[in-house]
Amino acid sequence: MKGTNIGEFEELILLTIAALGEQAYSVSICDEIESVSGRKMKLGVIHPVLNRLENKGFISSRLGEATKERGGRRKRFYQVTHTGKVTLKKVKSQRDLLWGKIDDLVFDGI
Amino acid sequence: MKKFKNHNPPKWADKLLEWYCSPSILEDLQGDLYEHYFRNLSKGKSYANLIYWLDVLKFFRIYTVQKPKILTQMNTINLLLNYFKTSARSIQRNKLFSTINIIGLAISMSVGLLMLTFIIELYSYDNFHRNSEKIFRVTSFHQRLEENPDRFASTSAFVCKEIQNSFTEVDLAVTMRRGFSGDANYGEKNIRIRGLWSTKDFFKVLSFELVQGDINTALKEPYSLVLTEKTAAKLIDGTEYLGKTIRLNDKEDYTITGIVKDPPKNSHIQFESLASFSTYENAVENREKFMSWTNIWLYYSYVVLKENVEREQFQASLDRLSKIQNAKLENRSVNLKAQSITGIVPTDEISNNIGPNFDKEPLFVISLLALLVIFSAAFNYTNLSIARSLRRSKEVGIRKVIGATKSQVFTQFICESLIISLIAVVVSFGLFLFIKPEFINLDEEIQNIVSLNLSVIHLIYFFCFAIAVGIISGIFPAFLLSKIKIISVLQNINSIKLFSGLSLRKTLIIAQFTLSMGFIISTLIINKQYQYAINYDLGFSTENILNIEVQKNDHEILSSYFAQIPEVKSISKSAIIPTTGYVWGDYGKFKDPLDSTMLYYNYIDENYLSNHNFELIAGTNFISKPNQETEEFAIVNETFLERFQINNPYDAINETLLIDRTTHLKIIGVVKDFHHNNLDHKISPFLFRYSPKRFRIINLKIESQDILATMTKLSDAWEKVDNIHPFKAEFFDTQIQDSYLSFSIMIKIIGFLAFLAISIATFGLLGMAVYVTESRLKEISIRKVLGATEQNLVLLLSKGFIVLLIISALIAIPLTYLLFDQVVLAGTPYRAPIGALEILSGVIIIFTIGIGTIGLQTFSAVRVNPADSLKDE
Repeated sequence: MKGTNIGEFEELILLTIAALGEQAYSVSICDEIESVSGRKMKLGVIHPVLNRLENKGFISSRLGEATKERGGRRKRFYQVTHTGKVTLKKVKSQRDLLWGKIDDLVFDGI
Repeated sequence: MKKFKNHNPPKWADKLLEWYCSPSILEDLQGDLYEHYFRNLSKGKSYANLIYWLDVLKFFRIYTVQKPKILTQMNTINLLLNYFKTSARSIQRNKLFSTINIIGLAISMSVGLLMLTFIIELYSYDNFHRNSEKIFRVTSFHQRLEENPDRFASTSAFVCKEIQNSFTEVDLAVTMRRGFSGDANYGEKNIRIRGLWSTKDFFKVLSFELVQGDINTALKEPYSLVLTEKTAAKLIDGTEYLGKTIRLNDKEDYTITGIVKDPPKNSHIQFESLASFSTYENAVENREKFMSWTNIWLYYSYVVLKENVEREQFQASLDRLSKIQNAKLENRSVNLKAQSITGIVPTDEISNNIGPNFDKEPLFVISLLALLVIFSAAFNYTNLSIARSLRRSKEVGIRKVIGATKSQVFTQFICESLIISLIAVVVSFGLFLFIKPEFINLDEEIQNIVSLNLSVIHLIYFFCFAIAVGIISGIFPAFLLSKIKIISVLQNINSIKLFSGLSLRKTLIIAQFTLSMGFIISTLIINKQYQYAINYDLGFSTENILNIEVQKNDHEILSSYFAQIPEVKSISKSAIIPTTGYVWGDYGKFKDPLDSTMLYYNYIDENYLSNHNFELIAGTNFISKPNQETEEFAIVNETFLERFQINNPYDAINETLLIDRTTHLKIIGVVKDFHHNNLDHKISPFLFRYSPKRFRIINLKIESQDILATMTKLSDAWEKVDNIHPFKAEFFDTQIQDSYLSFSIMIKIIGFLAFLAISIATFGLLGMAVYVTESRLKEISIRKVLGATEQNLVLLLSKGFIVLLIISALIAIPLTYLLFDQVVLAGTPYRAPIGALEILSGVIIIFTIGIGTIGLQTFSAVRVNPADSLKDE
């Protein structure tokens, strides 16, 4: 949304990260978005966005434990920072404000 | 899922990713890609591989790619600065060892610099000619029957003409002849000038700059003369030279048609003047002899090949010409070979050089010796460094713990040896400036060949040389040190490190001392040979004989003036001076018309034999015949009799011999064998001839208390007859010594190298001794405490070194002996035997120096108070 410095996709990802909690890493974020939106999500799309979000300061990352599956390579887990949470809340409140102004009749029967 | 576990993503895609990706992102990114890969495997391996490849390629973006290497190199520069600081500190802390290393390297490198400058200058000869790669000279090989062919820098006038007229490969050609000389007269001034006859294209083929005159016509007309600037200035005042007439030898008038810049030092063609070849050719009387295919002694041919012609084509034409001409000869052949002008100096074995030159062989030998000395010093450094590597092991260990790689440690120690080497080269440069004039003054000949001036190019070569030496000396210690294991350092395991260096160090010390011993023994042997040669009994007397060159004057008049001087006891005359290596010879026969042999001879007068105490064993001496028209008589030597199988000398008297194909001489006497050539040659058949027209030297036997005054009287007498030319007189003994000049130079050079080798070896030994005594200090103190006497300790410490010295002696003695006996002196028919004195002296000198060095160190070490050294444990 305007005035919040994040685009729609970025908002989507932020929400997904918040939703996934402890398990938010690039592949799981990818899967979650796929399941929620039905869009085929590619890692090559998500990864740069995650990088950008981290540079902007909306998310933070940490390397997890080494596991056997990925040949011992650690996963990078993401979390939404305070700034990110504030921004998300701001977006949500902007949306809710607009939704609240819409008459019930408009969306009757959809 | 089990079978999927064995499949891995494509290796090359992984390698690409690992290469470009920044390390901080690589791990998790690669992990993510792996996860997707394993998922994709369910759709087929090729699909999974494809997707993986695509992903790897797609991820090549700004944020994943690591920072370019330059920024990581910044790290290396800092590291190098650190190495520099560490090396500087290490040098300061170990002043003794550093000084030993630097001085040793500096001494040997100064010799290296000298050789380098010399070689650079030799190989830069003749590179100032335009198109030097297209300029060739024609050399000739003369072969008689089955003998080895002799090579000559000259060729025949016939070949020169053929090349000029009919060789299509040749763009320009010039023909030259040696021997232009005479007394030049202009106005009041008279000087002797020498030079070459040359055809007109001289300045087009060779790049000698004509400052006045036309390069197309200067040497075209007969009686044209081109002078060098120096010669012109000597003869004519002012700067107007062209068109002036010079009178030569009071007979001919030459016109000056050009002035040329003096030929540079690095030109193998040297001259004071050039005369037009047409002058010489027009005056030739025997045209057939002039154009003979085999008259290859005097003419020189230089060509410039056409643009697209290669040497092989030119050579092929020469070969064709040789084939046709040689077919007309019996028993002899002349073959031609094109030689590039830049390949003339330094030279292989070749005769009749047009100017000064330097043989490749001695150059090679001296370079080898210099290299040996340098290696000796470099190995000193290696030795000492390896020995002290123990002290540096803690430092290396810590560096490795912090994260230094093997190659970084290696680089560090190479840097250290490079820094020492660079410091050494600066010191050696100073030494070089000091020994350069000594070297140049060794022999006048050397001054004619090189000037050894320095330029930027030389400095660059010196720098590279220093780097090379640094690397050679440092590579082994650096290698050993980089292999130090951290564990062994931290656990203080000392023994392991020493082993790998021990036998190497011992070998190096043995090598250095063997070399030093070899050098000293060589010097002594050569010196003995030199003294032997100078003092050899030649079969006649040369004492107090003064040889005076007659030059152009009448020897009768000169003799009468000399006879008036009281100190002159007797006078005789000859054509040449024997035993100095200058010989005249021609083919001659005795009774058998088919048996011809080379006979050497000298023209002498009736007083010669008695003046020099020759022994006449049969027959009579020459009788004085000042106005003799034809030659009649000869006196032969014993070897002549042997050669022609005459058993009794009296049988030879009144027999006739034939020499020079036309001259018949009656033998009137036989003289005892004597050395008419220098001692490198066996005595050959020889005869004395009598022909007053040929006398060129007056031999005076002088008996005088004041030689200087006598010489003044003689030169005054000379001036009464000839006041233009300088008085040239030399004592026979001096002339003989001079002919062995090459010996005395060899002695000086090898002696100097011996001195260097010994110094370096001594330094090395000193370093090792210091090191050993230092590291065994505690052991010595404990032994002292337990009751060992100082003698015991000295013996204990020195034992190892003395064994090394003995081994060196055992190797050096037979090697040097064999070298001289079989190789160097093998061709000399008259030589001093290699005596035990020389060998023992050499060994004793080295032993004394070696033991002295060790002794010094061990003595000071054993005086240490045990309480002091065992105090801090």
